[in-house]
Amino acid sequence: MIQPASTTGPDRLPTAVGLVGDVGMIRRLKALALTQPLHDLDVRKARLDGADFSVYAMAELGLHAIDQVTVAMDFDRGADHDQVCRRLVPLAAAQAPDRPAAEHERVASWVLHNLINVGNVNRGFEAGYGTLHADGRYERRRFDFKLLVEFADPHGEIYLRATDEAVTVLVGALDTDITSAQVAAEVALDTLIRRGRLADARSAAEAARYRTVQYAEQLRRHLDATRRNVLAVDWLHAMPALVDEALHHVEQRYRYENAILTHIRRYRDSADDADHKRQAADLVAIVGDCIRRHTQLQARLLEAGAVFRAEQDRQQFAVTPARGGVDLHAQLLVPTLALAAGDAQRPAAAFFPGAVGVRTPRAPRVLDLVDLLLRPPVERDTLGAEVVEAELVTLAEPARFDDETWARALGLLDLDPAAPRRLSALLADARRRGDRDVAELVALLALHAVNPRVDASRQAGETTLTVAVDDGTALDDPEFGGADLLVGRARIVAAASATAATADGAALGDPHGAAESSDPAGITSILTELEATGGVAAPAGGRSR
Amino acid sequence: MSEEPDAGVGGSPTGVGDPFDRSLIDGTREAERRRAGAHDAARLVSFGLRSRLVPARDLDYRDLVRRYLREAEFAALTRAIAAGLGLVVLDVSERAGLVPAGAEDSAFAVRIGDYARRAGGEHRAADRLLHALAQLAVAALAYPRPADLADASYVGRVSVHGVDAFVRETCRLLAERTAADDLNVDPPVDAPQLEAAWRLYARRTSTGTTRDARRLAGSTTGIIARAMNFLVESGCLVPVGDEAGGTYRTTPRYQVQVRELAADAAFEELLALGVVTVTDGAGSVRVLVDEPALLEAAPAGEAADV
Repeated sequence: MIQPASTTGPDRLPTAVGLVGDVGMIRRLKALALTQPLHDLDVRKARLDGADFSVYAMAELGLHAIDQVTVAMDFDRGADHDQVCRRLVPLAAAQAPDRPAAEHERVASWVLHNLINVGNVNRGFEAGYGTLHADGRYERRRFDFKLLVEFADPHGEIYLRATDEAVTVLVGALDTDITSAQVAAEVALDTLIRRGRLADARSAAEAARYRTVQYAEQLRRHLDATRRNVLAVDWLHAMPALVDEALHHVEQRYRYENAILTHIRRYRDSADDADHKRQAADLVAIVGDCIRRHTQLQARLLEAGAVFRAEQDRQQFAVTPARGGVDLHAQLLVPTLALAAGDAQRPAAAFFPGAVGVRTPRAPRVLDLVDLLLRPPVERDTLGAEVVEAELVTLAEPARFDDETWARALGLLDLDPAAPRRLSALLADARRRGDRDVAELVALLALHAVNPRVDASRQAGETTLTVAVDDGTALDDPEFGGADLLVGRARIVAAASATAATADGAALGDPHGAAESSDPAGITSILTELEATGGVAAPAGGRSR
Repeated sequence: MSEEPDAGVGGSPTGVGDPFDRSLIDGTREAERRRAGAHDAARLVSFGLRSRLVPARDLDYRDLVRRYLREAEFAALTRAIAAGLGLVVLDVSERAGLVPAGAEDSAFAVRIGDYARRAGGEHRAADRLLHALAQLAVAALAYPRPADLADASYVGRVSVHGVDAFVRETCRLLAERTAADDLNVDPPVDAPQLEAAWRLYARRTSTGTTRDARRLAGSTTGIIARAMNFLVESGCLVPVGDEAGGTYRTTPRYQVQVRELAADAAFEELLALGVVTVTDGAGSVRVLVDEPALLEAAPAGEAADV
């Protein structure tokens, strides 16, 4: 079996065949072509009018622009123009600090427009490369690609997304399987951090983040296609494999990145060099963002199955249509699209006149023509009508209780620290003056005093504050229900016997949710204070319900 | 189908024995009647040429359409007058009115060259093709199933973004199919005519910013929007909203034009190129209902009162 192959093999292969269909060669040629627009930026800057732009490193700004768009790319959206331009301006300014700000803005938008390639009707780039056929024929082919693509969201707002090619250029991994590249980057990252080479670690972490973006992009495209037609995506083998792979990847990455995060944090806190410290802090932010993205990807992955099932239900059980007629999509559109451009012209052009119908030719009249020519041109205001500056007044809600009510209620609550009173008694006092609002306010203030803001009062420099305690007595009142609180004034002292009183405080943990106070020690001190000054008989056991 | 318009309207002489003057008077009346008939038939054609007018909106138009459907002779006369003007009567119905189509070299026909004239330079051929493809795509999405074309009460709903997404998805599937066949799918440099049409479409940007915040005319959404606006002017679509880049519903006239003429013309060209796609007639695009079935009935009802 080996014999014939070994004998015929060398004879059959002419020297040039080594290149035929050489996939690697084509990939490398394409990868080379991808960097061309960036080099072009620097070549063409000399031709820009207005100023000398040679001080700007345009390719660098271009990479930054792609970077910005990639980082801003979400599952559903991308970056908007202005946002990317705004981020580029300071970078341009850093390259030429003594130039005017308007020029920096011009440079930023020039770079962005060139990466979109606004001048081209396709808004893309093309590059030529050649392939060799088995018969020795050399054929030139055209490779079309885009770096930044504009999309419109449902509201018609235009946003940018970086293409896979752009991400590949940026990451610099020119021909790699994304999964394996990911693993390599992780290993590199961990080692780099251990060795303290943070600048390298940073680039590795960023590379990992771009890969995650690529994964998400892949998934997004498949799900989009599924929404259109379940059958367009292989949900039997390919899709479950991808989801499994991606989930596995997220799981691994998550564990991994958390470990890395701990590493870097430790490194950051122990580093002496200020520069290293800053780099480590940056890295923490990047890895944090990675984790956020992974969580997002995971959420989408978990939904993927549900999307499929929902779409299957929706699509498979749709009413099957009746027979008849020409199938415009399958019999006309698809075959026409599949034809070569020269041939496709014929059926498409044949369809056109029939579909658009007839037009009555317009007969011009000299009278109309004269009118038309003599009419003054309509002044078109580019800015549109003037926007009226609205005078905005802050909407102030009228106070529920007026000043007088407040004064009376606070007067009632201004108790002698030595003599706490029952809420029922306070309410009776308030009603005696004949104002129902005062009674309501007193009740509210008493309720508020159950969980007093100790810190705030202390910071305000107050020495006493109102405290209410529920000792289990029920309130017998026509308007209010609940506990008949004991209301008193307490002095604020520094927490001295905090630990000793903690147990007591826990037992006191009142049913109104006082336990969530920010400073339990402060409360206990108040309560102990209250007991000391007021002498309220409030056994701990009785309070707990 | 072309009968002689003056054949047998009732011009048969009543008898040999009638007085001569009597037959003369009859002949004069007959000629008058015939002239009136020609006038009405020409009027019906002129109604048909006002593409946005429908019989439901104009009593005279409706009466003439009914007469066309009732009287075979009047119908023949109308068709003859239309033929003389370089028009073919595709269909006459109370719903759509008289739907004329321009015969070849007719002054009324719109040619793709006139329509896509603005494009120039190296992209001229590409733009022309994209404009023509956009029309085809609008029709394909407006009548996604074969049955929709046949069902006179069907009202399609299309949007600019919807059509763009529809074609792009088709392009993506074609790209996948091509990728499976051959690894190297890039087109040759020196033969732009050999590049597959879907590539031209896929390569063109779908949207883009412009200085004055209008739609980018050269983008695919720009091209589709132009196609739809043109169809609105031709009375084929009616705008219903601004969502998804502009949403439109179809008119019965458009359905007739696509069904009776455009689809067949394109199909013949494909046949001449040797491209025949056999389908089972069930439709390759499946239409899904997002809303409950009750709401789905609304567009059909809407169509009835147009």
